[in-house]
Amino acid sequence: MIVSKKDIPNFLDKLISEYQVFAPVKEETYTLFKQICSGADAALDAGNTKLPAKEIFFPQSEKLFSYNVSEEGARLEAPVDDQKKVIFGVRPCDAKSLTLLDNVFNNDKYQDPYYLTRRNNTIMIGIGCNSPASTCFCTSVNGGPFDTKGLDLLLVDTGDAYVVEVVSDKGREIAEKAGFAAAADANKDAAAKVKQDAVVTCQVNIDGLKAKLDVNFYDSIWEKIHEKCLGCGACTYLCPTCHCFDIVDEATDCNGCRVRNWDSCAFPLFTLHGSGHNPRTSNKERYRNRIMHKFKYFVDNFNEIACVGCGRCIKNCPVNMDIRVVLEDIRGSEARLDS
Amino acid sequence: MKNPYLPLPMKLVKNFTETEDKLIHTFTLQYLNEEDEKSFSYMPGQFAELCVFGKGEAPFGIASSPTEPGFLKFSVAKVGVVSTALHLMEEGTIVGVRGPLGNYYPVEEFKGKNVVIIGGGFAFTTLRSLATYMLHPERRGDYGDITVIYGARNPGLLLYKEELAAWEQSPDINLVTTIDRPVDGWNGRVGFIPAVTEEVAPSAENAYAIICGPPVMIKFTMPVLEKLGFTPKTTIMSLENRMKCGIGMCGRCNVGGKYVCKDGPVFTRAQLNQLPNEY
Ligand SMILES: Cc1cc2nc3c(=O)[nH]c(=O)nc-3n(C[C@H](O)[C@H](O)[C@H](O)COP(=O)(O)OP(=O)(O)OC[C@H]3O[C@@H](n4cnc5c(N)ncnc54)[C@H](O)[C@@H]3O)c2cc1C
Ligand code: SF4
Ligand code: FES
Repeated sequence: MIVSKKDIPNFLDKLISEYQVFAPVKEETYTLFKQICSGADAALDAGNTKLPAKEIFFPQSEKLFSYNVSEEGARLEAPVDDQKKVIFGVRPCDAKSLTLLDNVFNNDKYQDPYYLTRRNNTIMIGIGCNSPASTCFCTSVNGGPFDTKGLDLLLVDTGDAYVVEVVSDKGREIAEKAGFAAAADANKDAAAKVKQDAVVTCQVNIDGLKAKLDVNFYDSIWEKIHEKCLGCGACTYLCPTCHCFDIVDEATDCNGCRVRNWDSCAFPLFTLHGSGHNPRTSNKERYRNRIMHKFKYFVDNFNEIACVGCGRCIKNCPVNMDIRVVLEDIRGSEARLDS
Repeated sequence: MKNPYLPLPMKLVKNFTETEDKLIHTFTLQYLNEEDEKSFSYMPGQFAELCVFGKGEAPFGIASSPTEPGFLKFSVAKVGVVSTALHLMEEGTIVGVRGPLGNYYPVEEFKGKNVVIIGGGFAFTTLRSLATYMLHPERRGDYGDITVIYGARNPGLLLYKEELAAWEQSPDINLVTTIDRPVDGWNGRVGFIPAVTEEVAPSAENAYAIICGPPVMIKFTMPVLEKLGFTPKTTIMSLENRMKCGIGMCGRCNVGGKYVCKDGPVFTRAQLNQLPNEY
């Protein structure tokens, strides 16, 4: 199927009458996912958003429930957001990240109703990346600029129009309802050419990385690798697969609410015990945990690398820590088995 | 979809100062309705998030045993926001309990075996649950000898003194209590747990050892247990990493790829040997 770019605002306006629609919106020098009231607000030519779409499903700060406590008991109210949503213009890396987070919020024992309800009620319309940024390395971590994982529809930008690839039944329904025209062979060829021309120039060789991480927990490489890191946590807040959070109460007397806020394994207080003991005392242990979590623990648990190669951590680290270099350094290091 | 974040409201019916230094209180909580008790079905070794509305929640091992119906018990050391709020709480106040969480001591595997329970300091809470569970008249026959070695710095710091006195008299359990330094009127043993364990020398034959306590105690008792013949598979520990969600999502309590809250807190030594030492 195919849709002309000039018909997109109209397409979005129709969706807005039925769904909460989120799309990249221009802020000063960057774009962010926001709920839009008009299809014309979507900024679709500006590369990936500064923050991933993760927060639409797992907000930075979110009320879990409110309560009212009396002598007789407690009245709890836990409204779960079940509004139908469309995310328009999400990039393949960010769409994939949600399929990774699904493993966490729907684990072998527990389901997170807040995240999962939003996931189940959301349609994901992605746009492929014709010109991947210099910091992108999705193809090194089992992704790609036109990957369809986690998407319902994928749009391929062929200049004046998007060629629409249907990925799921949900996607098909939306596309049919919108009345997208059938793509001519010429359009399909154009889309194929765009895909071929879009090259992710940066390649990180991670062959053997997992095998190395399996045995190098006590290796001296970790003494060096973290040295530059300030422990500011910026990378964790920008990461589409990071999911750590804290739970706190906000209350006055007997009325209040329990709130969860993003947290970060880069912070010392994250693991500090009540006794004063801390299993991850320094930046070394904390940085090691971040790498291990994404490239070993997550793989052991869910058979997937918890990094989608979006490059946000590389772009935004105040001291230019580059995860691509870190991974190469680890891979090239001599593993030591002893402790 | 069951919401795992919602606490069960319960009434604090007893706020008991457990130790001489007043730093540990034992809280007895009662269910507000019968259905709540049915929905809270737990086993020894599990924990729960206890919440003081307005202050927040924190994880504590369940000190009562499922063989004691009608209430839950927690023994809490005063270290921070939630624990202090609990200590100051008046009886009759409503608190929240979220759980039961985590796995439990493998009581099925203990059947037909001798069980050696070793506890130090205030980490005796879920061990009390375990001992009480196995001592229940309907279950006592399932297990062989039950030995409890329990130590504290001084007699005033031992938890559950009345119960200890009763166990002292009971033919069903072999209780050994110890304190660090001699005190007038104390007729238990004197010495640190590792040394006392070596003296008592419980047989590892057809037996499991369960050990909870401060890291130093664990560190020095481990070699003793090894010498006695307890293997990594028959040595069981319970970890206490810092936790929030208790359900394997907030990312805080991991040891390697395992979440202590969801995959533990009870692990065999053999399982822990496969994991990095981040606990
Ligand atoms: C499975 C499990 C079972 C447990 N069982 C028991 C039990 O049976 N009994 C028991 O007493 N404990 C138990 N614990 C430990 C208990 O969970 C902690 O003591 C409890 O979480 C403390 O909560 P709090 O709100 O009182 O302390 P917090 O307020 O969270 O503070 C704890 C400590 O952290 C430090 N801290 C916190 N925030 C800051 C900050 N902003 N800046 C600097 N320092 C800070 C403080 O030094 C403080 O001493 C268990 C833990 C686990 C995981
Ligand atoms: S953004 Fe950079 S300095 Fe900050 S925690 Fe991440 S790697 Fe360390
Ligand atoms: S306490 Fe949240 S993951 Fe274990």
